[in-house]
Amino acid sequence: MTTRELPPSWTHVGRHAVFPQAGIDDIARFDFLANLNGFLSGQVLPKVREAYESKVKPAFEQAAGRAPQTRHEVRKAMAHDATWQTWSALRRGSMEMRQQAGRGLVFRQLDALNQRAAVLNADAPMLKLDPTVQVPRYACAVDIHCMPGGYHTEVVPNDVSAAANYDSGIFATTGGMLGRYNDGGGQALVQWLASEHPQFKPRRILDIGCTIGHNTVPLALAFADAKIVAVDVSAPMLRYGHARAKSMHVDNIEFSQADGEHLDYPDGHFDLIMTSMFWHETSATAMPRMLGEIQRMLAPGGLTVHLEQPQYQGMDPYEQFIRDWDAYNNNEPFWSVMHEYELQPMMAAAGFDPERYFETRLRGVVDRSIFPVASGEKEDFGRAALWTAFGAWKA
Amino acid sequence: MSTPPIDPIALANAKARGKRPYFFKDADVERVLSIAMAIAMEHAVTRQRLDALERLIEAKGLLTRAELDGWSAEPEAEAERTRWMKEYIARVLRIVQQENESVERSASGIDQPMEQVMEELRHS
Repeated sequence: MTTRELPPSWTHVGRHAVFPQAGIDDIARFDFLANLNGFLSGQVLPKVREAYESKVKPAFEQAAGRAPQTRHEVRKAMAHDATWQTWSALRRGSMEMRQQAGRGLVFRQLDALNQRAAVLNADAPMLKLDPTVQVPRYACAVDIHCMPGGYHTEVVPNDVSAAANYDSGIFATTGGMLGRYNDGGGQALVQWLASEHPQFKPRRILDIGCTIGHNTVPLALAFADAKIVAVDVSAPMLRYGHARAKSMHVDNIEFSQADGEHLDYPDGHFDLIMTSMFWHETSATAMPRMLGEIQRMLAPGGLTVHLEQPQYQGMDPYEQFIRDWDAYNNNEPFWSVMHEYELQPMMAAAGFDPERYFETRLRGVVDRSIFPVASGEKEDFGRAALWTAFGAWKA
Repeated sequence: MSTPPIDPIALANAKARGKRPYFFKDADVERVLSIAMAIAMEHAVTRQRLDALERLIEAKGLLTRAELDGWSAEPEAEAERTRWMKEYIARVLRIVQQENESVERSASGIDQPMEQVMEELRHS
């Protein structure tokens, strides 16, 4: 194996003022996890496919007189396969160990972290918390991607632990593919706008479901004169996101606690409304409602664009089944439903002109000066930086 | 404002809300695998720490890692190290030894089921 194929050590993760301080053992845990994930996707996952093609699929065909037609048929047929079981058990274990590693790191220094955030957030006009905001059912029915307490739980008052834990692990889980500051999604959007729409200069930008603002900051830097609003239902994420941005000298993002279904900005207020990896963590009623709100809040000539995992249309049932792993086994309960939607009709129902709808594939921007080149061929399903970007221009 | 004390260890290990899937037909196997993987990770942590230590020692010119790899114990040290290794392996594989003992004792009637001993003592 060449050095370029190895995931970068967590040593290279981008630090900012509210990033948890890690020792050599913490770094080793994240490095172990990054390499375990690499082993599972690179060495074991191909064998899962082989087991499907050589054993499970022929047995299904023998019994049913046809090949599996849906991912659900594949899933039920694969449930008893030993290779699948081993891969899944190790992968689930890896997710749990990642949470344990991040939370172990964060909770032992929680007072210091919360104090650092509090200093940066004191009397901050760009941090607007609203304790009356209810956490929607879709964000708390289960703890999304096995993150105990989800995005929103506050262990102590003025807590940032959920956010610090979330931030600390992304680099290991993605093998560094999103860059030092895990902002590859935001950077990909900036790069796409610069190359495809260089004349587009939004003055007001909205990011819905921003979490810690890691994908908002690249937009704020690219459009330094713009006013950015980043909303989320989680106070811990916003406290941390605001402190993080401020410590990175980014001061044009307002972090606002709000539910994307109930935003009180005027009609036509924003030139650009974006989300990153957001829709698969919502619900069947919330998604169309929010798209309607986006249509309402977007200015004529404005753009809405969303980064997501690829949709399932046109994918063979086995690949859909593998991509569905997170839905069933990593607490992503809307993932499977969301990825089978036809997005263009849904956007049309929200009021967008179907002619102005677009869908394209975007690859994450990787910090190549520091990191190995991201693998172009292999995807670690659900984690690699290859996304669908969909959206529409408002007439 | 006083903050209630937290238990960082218990919090770090907290379970995520939502029923956990089990993949093997026997959940016991998955429990053991989960513990084994945690040990594998902590072993890697120790190995990484040791490697860092060796590199630091080498950088300070105290010894080279070639010296470390080429090192061989004097007979007395070798014996101590071998005893340690033997004890270590026995500790790790305790259950194998105990299950073997149990097979032998059952055959000779020494390891009786507890209910049998209870009944025996009830009447003697």
